[in-house]
Amino acid sequence: MRVSFYQAQTDNIHNSTAMIAGMVTLLTAMGVVIGATYGDALTGALGAFTVAGGMGTYTWFAGAGTILSMSGAKQVSHDVHPQLFNIVEEMKIASGLPMPKVYIIESEAPNAFATGRDPEHSAVAVTTGLLAKLNRDELQGVIAHEMSHIRNYDIRFAMIAAIMVGSIALISDAFLRSRRSGRGGHPVMIVVALLLAALAPLSATILQMAISRQREFLADASAVELTRNPDGLASALYKITHDDKPLDTANRATQHLYIVNPLKSFSMKSSNLFSTHPPTEARLRALGQMGADISRLL
Amino acid sequence: MFWIILLVLVLLAMYVIMIYNGLVTLRAQVKNAWSQIDVQLKRRYDLIPNLVEAVKGYMGYEQETLQKVIQARAEAMKASSMATRAEKEGMLTEALKSLFALTENYPDLKANQNVLQLQEELTSTENKVAFSRQFYNDSVMSYNIKCETFPSNIIAGIFNFLKEEFFQAAEGDRAVPKVSLR
Repeated sequence: MRVSFYQAQTDNIHNSTAMIAGMVTLLTAMGVVIGATYGDALTGALGAFTVAGGMGTYTWFAGAGTILSMSGAKQVSHDVHPQLFNIVEEMKIASGLPMPKVYIIESEAPNAFATGRDPEHSAVAVTTGLLAKLNRDELQGVIAHEMSHIRNYDIRFAMIAAIMVGSIALISDAFLRSRRSGRGGHPVMIVVALLLAALAPLSATILQMAISRQREFLADASAVELTRNPDGLASALYKITHDDKPLDTANRATQHLYIVNPLKSFSMKSSNLFSTHPPTEARLRALGQMGADISRLL
Repeated sequence: MFWIILLVLVLLAMYVIMIYNGLVTLRAQVKNAWSQIDVQLKRRYDLIPNLVEAVKGYMGYEQETLQKVIQARAEAMKASSMATRAEKEGMLTEALKSLFALTENYPDLKANQNVLQLQEELTSTENKVAFSRQFYNDSVMSYNIKCETFPSNIIAGIFNFLKEEFFQAAEGDRAVPKVSLR
């Protein structure tokens, strides 16, 4: 069934909105229920949002610059690597975004990521391994995917999701601790609150990962909108997944930023509830629906 | 009662202003996108003489192709109307494709760093021209959608926002370019 990249984008946006709504509901529910155990649901809800707000303000301003230095990325100009710079410029023109900073990471493992909480403060990075293995069309597809993350504010999206998960974990932790001191409260509400506090952090994490996977599909569809060439990206994903060199500088904190998860074993089907990326096979099928010829890739 | 009506009117006015500003912004984006195409075309005109110079020494026997490129460039730069311009641009693209195809026959030329860099720059410029046209069409689409969907179409009608035209490829562009390898 042929799907236009516009439709693919709309579907993905609807799904991620629903997931974020789910998280906000969870956060509110926790606040209300915990507040109710002490007899004041409203204060509970307000308290939950205050915690989220506090965490949010800190994370918003603290996070951005360290990721690039952590991965050993070096900024490059047009003269250092004309083709890479040109491709980023081409995608800048196609998307109407401001020109991001361009970085190269010394590593044989092929991968790429984008960072920055809005298009004016953004950067894309690729490894030397990626530059060596992909042809121009494939590289263009990868850059288009990364710039789509910037365009769709995915980095900001992921930050918000992380803040909510963190807040839920914090509140749940605080509540469970407070129960140990054995203070009184409505017995039914206590049971509900305990259940929620125990299950919420896990559910929130699962939701967070589901959101991350959805945004990856969205970035793929947006990339096709930019290049109008689904084959480039499909071929690139295939090549990257079938490479077995590990990326030394990635870790659990940064894995969601890369185009293909650098930490999971490289199989086409690898994915579970806690994967930040969908399995490559699913992504190739989605690209196939948008017109890529994936018969030789599956 | 009076205050409620006043509030509703104020909200309505704000809504209308919001839509009006949205239309103004989208139309400005369309105009900007159009001028960006010219920026890329100019880049191409500037690059071509360098390419011809670099290639001339090696491809002495290919005068005809080289001449075609120089000629096509001159004509494209001279063109006045949009339709002629698009047609001449298409012919320039064809001439460049023939030239690049011919470089396959000259291993020394292919290995020359200057030529490789120029080829990359020209490839990129061709892409940039294409993408700037694509972005122009995308901007036109967003603007036209806003002009035609309800309720912004009412405001568009009142303030005379007209639909814009998509960039169309010239007939010559659609034909598959012939590459003669002599």
